[in-house]
Amino acid sequence: MLELRNVSFQVSDEKSKENQDKEILKDISFVLNDNKFVVITGPNGGGKSTLAKLIAGIEKPTAGQILWDGRDITEMSVTDRAKLGISYAFQQPVRFKGVTVFDLIRLASGENITIKDACRYLSEVGLCAKDYINREVNASLSGGEIKRIEIATIMARKTQVSVFDEPEAGIDLWSFQNLIHVFENMHDQLHGSILIISHQERILNIADEILVIADGQLVQQGTKDEILPSLLGTANAADFACRQMKAI
Amino acid sequence: MDAIQQQLLEAVAGLHEIPTGAYNIRANGASVERNSTDHIEIVTRKDEKGLEVHIKPGTKHESVHIPVIMSQSGLEEVVYNDFYIGDDADVTIIAGCGIHNGGSAASRHDGIHSFYVGKNAKVKYVEKHYGSGDGLGERIMNPETIVHMDENSFMEMDTVQIKGVDSTIRKTSADLKEGAKLVVMERLMTHGKQKAESHFNVSLDGEDSGANVVSRSVARDSSYQLFVSHIIGNTKCNGHTECDAIIMDEAKISAVPELTANSTEAALIHEAAIGKIAGEQITKLMTLGLTEEEAEEQIVSGFLK
Repeated sequence: MLELRNVSFQVSDEKSKENQDKEILKDISFVLNDNKFVVITGPNGGGKSTLAKLIAGIEKPTAGQILWDGRDITEMSVTDRAKLGISYAFQQPVRFKGVTVFDLIRLASGENITIKDACRYLSEVGLCAKDYINREVNASLSGGEIKRIEIATIMARKTQVSVFDEPEAGIDLWSFQNLIHVFENMHDQLHGSILIISHQERILNIADEILVIADGQLVQQGTKDEILPSLLGTANAADFACRQMKAI
Repeated sequence: MDAIQQQLLEAVAGLHEIPTGAYNIRANGASVERNSTDHIEIVTRKDEKGLEVHIKPGTKHESVHIPVIMSQSGLEEVVYNDFYIGDDADVTIIAGCGIHNGGSAASRHDGIHSFYVGKNAKVKYVEKHYGSGDGLGERIMNPETIVHMDENSFMEMDTVQIKGVDSTIRKTSADLKEGAKLVVMERLMTHGKQKAESHFNVSLDGEDSGANVVSRSVARDSSYQLFVSHIIGNTKCNGHTECDAIIMDEAKISAVPELTANSTEAALIHEAAIGKIAGEQITKLMTLGLTEEEAEEQIVSGFLK
């Protein structure tokens, strides 16, 4: 169980006249229960990606606590959180010269897996494994290809919590349905919790719970049935969230 | 051969025992083992300053090993080896030099290799450099490679220097006739106070000749690297040179790509990039459970693979 308790994140805004701190996230609290599929949505620039980075440990909150099964992990390093059981798929996956797709999946799995095992993960994300397994994770891969490889590395980790930052970006429509199956399968097989940042209705549609974050605040939280109708009732989710903000 | 020499042999040539095919093993300044085959003849040069390797035309899928190992501190030598590769041959030549210096005097091996690659011949040339020993004496290697490529020949040159060589100046020059292709992949890592220079000079003389000279290097600690690559296009040809370097700690790196086109039909490209390991690369590997040090090691070893 992962819990965020009154988490805030500020950065110093050098552009402002008074050199004031800018609040990216304000007093966010929620519990991610085991075996749950939770989607975070809301307008761009609302702080969703920052929240994912705080969970992975890439950024540290300026106030509040992050708890793992009741234990305070707020100051824990990225490495230790990864070992504890938190996975994080980058919105813009990192490229490496010389490191192959197989190397990355092997490192992710944390053991000496065979090429055959690694290929299985690639096939699951819709890549023809033999074409990719020995390729370098470099600039020659397209945006969609590297996103799928990123998802394969998270699958290989098999951790208790998996966080995905906009996994659908760059994935073509044809593959999109497969992507939904990937998340459903992960959820079924791992019995871990999955936290996805997404704007896609079809991903929202398979969520157990939806959180709406706008302007750094958690403005709405509830089951899919509670949240989705109100989100879809407007032109888009962003509009909805903006209106929610004004109402506060 | 003693244990140190065995270890050096394994590091530079991947050899655990006497290789198959043609070979000459040079240890501490003298040839200790030699074997010629029906198609490949190894003889001592007339001036006794090195070897002549004659590969008969049409020789296919054979290999030549010519490792050099030095374990005696203070030894300095200059060796001239000439390779005559017959037309239509397809061979692999594996050279390499390992120096173990446990003493205080400098040990130095300067290998000057000349290749005469025949028409339509295909050569893969592999050269590994390795140094070991904790003596104060420097381990110095100055290899020079001179390549003459005849029509439609192909040469792939793969050089690796990862550990233990204190000072190296590598010079490679090549001239290519019609349709000849040269591919060079250099991998280099320097650490401590090491100095490494690499100079390439490739002259594309024949129509449709081509060269691709690529260097990947990592400089750590307070080491220094200089990479100079000059490609000259004298006719319709293709040339590409690339230097990609990771800089760490207090190291210094200079990359000097140079192109000269003496014909409007010459297509020449150079690329050079020097930078530290990207922070997000380390972060990504840390999210997979690696420590910062482990992440750095993976990135460097992948880069030099």
